[in-house]
Amino acid sequence: MMNQRNILAAAFLTIVAVFLVFSALFMHPFGEPTSQAMDQYIIDNTVEETGANNGVTSVVFDYRGFDTLGEATVLFTAVASVVMLFRRLKK
Amino acid sequence: MIANIPYLAVAGLIIIGLYTLLFKKNLIKMVIGITILQSGVNLFLITLGYRMGSVAPIFTGNADNPVMSYPVPQALTLTSIVIGVAVLALMLSLVIHIYRHHGSLHVSKLGGDDQ
Amino acid sequence: MKGMSTIVKTIANISFPLITIYGLYVIAHGHLTPGGGFQGGAIVASGLVLLAVAHGTDWIESKVQEHDLSILESLGALGFIGLAFVGLVMGGAFFSNFLVNTGMLFGEIPVNGAANINTGGTLPLMNFAVGLKVIAGLFAIVLVMAIATNKKEVE
Repeated sequence: MMNQRNILAAAFLTIVAVFLVFSALFMHPFGEPTSQAMDQYIIDNTVEETGANNGVTSVVFDYRGFDTLGEATVLFTAVASVVMLFRRLKK
Repeated sequence: MIANIPYLAVAGLIIIGLYTLLFKKNLIKMVIGITILQSGVNLFLITLGYRMGSVAPIFTGNADNPVMSYPVPQALTLTSIVIGVAVLALMLSLVIHIYRHHGSLHVSKLGGDDQ
Repeated sequence: MKGMSTIVKTIANISFPLITIYGLYVIAHGHLTPGGGFQGGAIVASGLVLLAVAHGTDWIESKVQEHDLSILESLGALGFIGLAFVGLVMGGAFFSNFLVNTGMLFGEIPVNGAANINTGGTLPLMNFAVGLKVIAGLFAIVLVMAIATNKKEVE
């Protein structure tokens, strides 16, 4: 229990825990975000520009479609890797 | 301090995930620790876009203009959840292969040089 | 892997069409209510996994091979990219919404919040493509893992 690796890991965990708790206590108060320009534009102009009633879908597929393209690529790569790992050599 | 409870919950989840990853020696427990870490980060992304007294950003036929929460952090969290599922599937298939090859799930029996 | 008893098989056979219809409803109405391609695809994939657990993977393997699921997933990904390129040709920018405010397939604009399914532009088509990709991908992962961990083999 008291070997060198455990002491090093405990010190690292203590430093990260103190940093996280202090950041959580000193952040801006919950419920009042600071910068509002981009999201206010999206809420005001979604129905005319995309014709959808759902704000989140219009952001995922229209205003930020490139991120959905990257996510589809990650999903395809993961499925191809899992299928490749379990393939038998057919004789 | 009461007003910042969601951020303290995020800190708690990340600390639990890091503790499981550093101090446990079973491979399945390490995979569970990584998943708890991902859940903490997703929770942090959602709580950044909330306004007090707001509703979901869906436009219904109501004539009054309710205050709506921001849709962009919710879209980023959706992407992050799907990527978490993909990474979990890949990790579990690698653990299955390691178990079949070495016969044990304990980290110290996987071979290599120990100090 | 063998299936479970007759009662479990009968209840799974009754529940599977209801779960599939609910999942396809969530995919198709993604631009009006909360939901969309990823959420509805996860619902339909969990219904398929219920069927695989109740009947056993030997029965599932005699009905659908694993390379059929690969073809379906590639069709979904190609449909998504194809819609982005058609937006480049017809609208001037990659991913542009070329069907909104015209008289074609999904081209209206909702008036004062009325929920009409004929709105949305290219959003419902993209929802279908991504939903097909997620269904095929998640079911392929579960099926491959279930078959591979149930065979006792000597290497």
